[in-house]
Amino acid sequence: MAGNKGRGRAAYTFNIEAVGFSRGEKLPDVVLKPPPLFPDTDYKPVPLKTGEGEDYVLALKQELRETMKRMPYFVETPEEKQDIERYSKRYMKVYKEEWIPDWRRLPRELMPRKKCKKAGPKSKKAKNTDKDTSLTNTADVLKKIEELEKRGDGEKSDEENEEKEGSKEKSKEGDDEDEDDAADQEEYDEEEQEEVETEAV
Amino acid sequence: MTQAEIKLCSLLLQEHFGEIVEKIGVHLIRTGSQPLRVIAHDTGTSLDQVKKALCVLIQHNLVIHRVHKRGVVEYEAQCSRVLRMLRYPRYIYTAKTLYSDTGELLVEELLLNGKMTMSAVVKKVADRLTETMEDGKNMDYAEVSNTFVRLADTHFVQRCPVVPATENSDPGPPPPAPTLVISEKDMYLVPKLSLIGKGKRRRSSDEDATGEPKAKRPKHTSDNKEPIPDDGIYWQANLDRFHQHFRDQAIVSAVANRMDQTSSEIVRTMLRMSEITTSSSAPFTQPLSSNEIFRSLPVGYNISKQVLDQYLTLLADDPAKTLLSDLDPRHEDLHKALGCLSTASLESVVQERFGSRCARIFRLVLQKKHLEQKQVEDFAMIPAKEAKDMLYKMLSENFISLQEIPKTPDHAPSRTFYLYTVNIPSAARMLLHRCYKSVANLIERRQFETKENKRLLEKSQRVEAIIASMQATGAEEAQLQEIEEMITAPERQQLETLKRNVNKLDACEIQVDETIFLLESYIESTLKRQ
Repeated sequence: MAGNKGRGRAAYTFNIEAVGFSRGEKLPDVVLKPPPLFPDTDYKPVPLKTGEGEDYVLALKQELRETMKRMPYFVETPEEKQDIERYSKRYMKVYKEEWIPDWRRLPRELMPRKKCKKAGPKSKKAKNTDKDTSLTNTADVLKKIEELEKRGDGEKSDEENEEKEGSKEKSKEGDDEDEDDAADQEEYDEEEQEEVETEAV
Repeated sequence: MTQAEIKLCSLLLQEHFGEIVEKIGVHLIRTGSQPLRVIAHDTGTSLDQVKKALCVLIQHNLVIHRVHKRGVVEYEAQCSRVLRMLRYPRYIYTAKTLYSDTGELLVEELLLNGKMTMSAVVKKVADRLTETMEDGKNMDYAEVSNTFVRLADTHFVQRCPVVPATENSDPGPPPPAPTLVISEKDMYLVPKLSLIGKGKRRRSSDEDATGEPKAKRPKHTSDNKEPIPDDGIYWQANLDRFHQHFRDQAIVSAVANRMDQTSSEIVRTMLRMSEITTSSSAPFTQPLSSNEIFRSLPVGYNISKQVLDQYLTLLADDPAKTLLSDLDPRHEDLHKALGCLSTASLESVVQERFGSRCARIFRLVLQKKHLEQKQVEDFAMIPAKEAKDMLYKMLSENFISLQEIPKTPDHAPSRTFYLYTVNIPSAARMLLHRCYKSVANLIERRQFETKENKRLLEKSQRVEAIIASMQATGAEEAQLQEIEEMITAPERQQLETLKRNVNKLDACEIQVDETIFLLESYIESTLKRQ
């Protein structure tokens, strides 16, 4: 067993000399708080590199930053509607080019499916998905949409109700009608596609 | 991903793409691979905005999509690629030094747009170059195409993976997302295009930035309706090749500093000869015989074969050991070269932060690998108290570490050797983490400075716009003077100070990025070695 069980003076279990200071020496104070946020440095930092190349890269960097803000990839946060529409806001809008990605390379779920007053979402789906599932509804929907247009805008709830009814009637359409409708559908959709995309950006 | 990296990615994304894209991007970096609906739910943004953000991120090669089982598409962000955005100006400048203005603009357009078809990028660059040329002159498409082909041949641009052509007999519904593939040999194949045309000058009426609203939005120009010959073949900048170039540059300048110009030219020749033959991650270059080196030396250097051999022997005997073998054929040890460069960075950081005596101790421990406390004091010839102090300071900052060597199996402290050592990969990682933190701090400070003086900046922009429009309509000197006095002298001073500070902070970011590149390359090569 160990000799003294801590009676008398405490003894270190290792050679204190090895650590570097002797017993009874004044040690620096214990640090009781986290280090300061902006600590003082003893030495001044090295000056930055200067030269033609460095100046050019600096100019490039600043230009790039500005250019990025004007590109269509910079997605602006939609501002909340202000109570009074300022006159100056109309004139300070920066015009941005549109950008339409190559949809063949992207997953289908990323295509925008905006609910537009002129067309229901189902007619857009017809272009993207295959012919099996939803084309059966579209002829129905088209007819109903034309009726609605004659009746006037703003009756969205009626439209939605009718579409829901249309979706229950899946088995009604035959294949011959599908192909004709598909041809019409394609043209109609292309126009819508352009309009919706100009609105979506 | 460490917190420092995530913070830096968030700042970079916000500066370049706005807040929505930043939110989605950071969420993906933090949580890994996720499907669309989960992202929308977790970040609380609307589905439309998430879709738009993902399109932008995928376009810029920052996020990839993958189809998992049960047809769920998951999106994964690539944090290291986001950090590359800091280096874009350097890539563009390199292209300028190698391929002059045309190359510079080509690379710039590719970096700004993520990926583009060859015809689109050639057209855009030709238009831009025409703007800068004198009136009446136009830039020919053929010239720009030639530069593009040269960029592709030297691997600075590469093709993006393509959608595989599906056969018509493919049954069943198309997959929810295309799986993009590319084969090695196709990556640098330039399609046979005959791009005939000249760059167009933009009409001045289109450039109304400050002025009246447009009567209608200009629709797509008629060019877009024509079928594009290389549709579907997209090109992107090959960042690995640029990194290889930077690494070669660093090695050559290090050799030039250590020895003389001629030896650096020899090293440059060796590296250039193995540029395309070695992949960017290989630890050694191809072995080259001294005859080959002799033949490939640039024309201006009339050194005889014996002198070349002497230089090669000198390089091989150098303690920095960038060349490995002593005999013909010789090759470069790139891993060691990167190690030397990183060690040099560490040494200089220690010197600048702690002083030259600390640096002396640090270099001593580096050289002797393992040293005891007493030995450090003796070899460095520094009094014991100060040596202790410095060692502990460096230890607390993790530049130096302790290695225990027990004499007895019970690891009793009184019977254990404690040796100081420098663990280079670990110290390099620690320094890299600090670099990321520094760049994040620099960007934050710059944004803070700009925000503080936002009112003043806007005022000065308005005044400049007014002066420009007045000059265009032909105003007198007196009126211009009056407008200029709208900005008072102290305000002018404030603007000057702001400009100087912002420039300094930007320059700092660029230089810290150079250190980041060095350390990242070294750490990557240590990982590949294992």
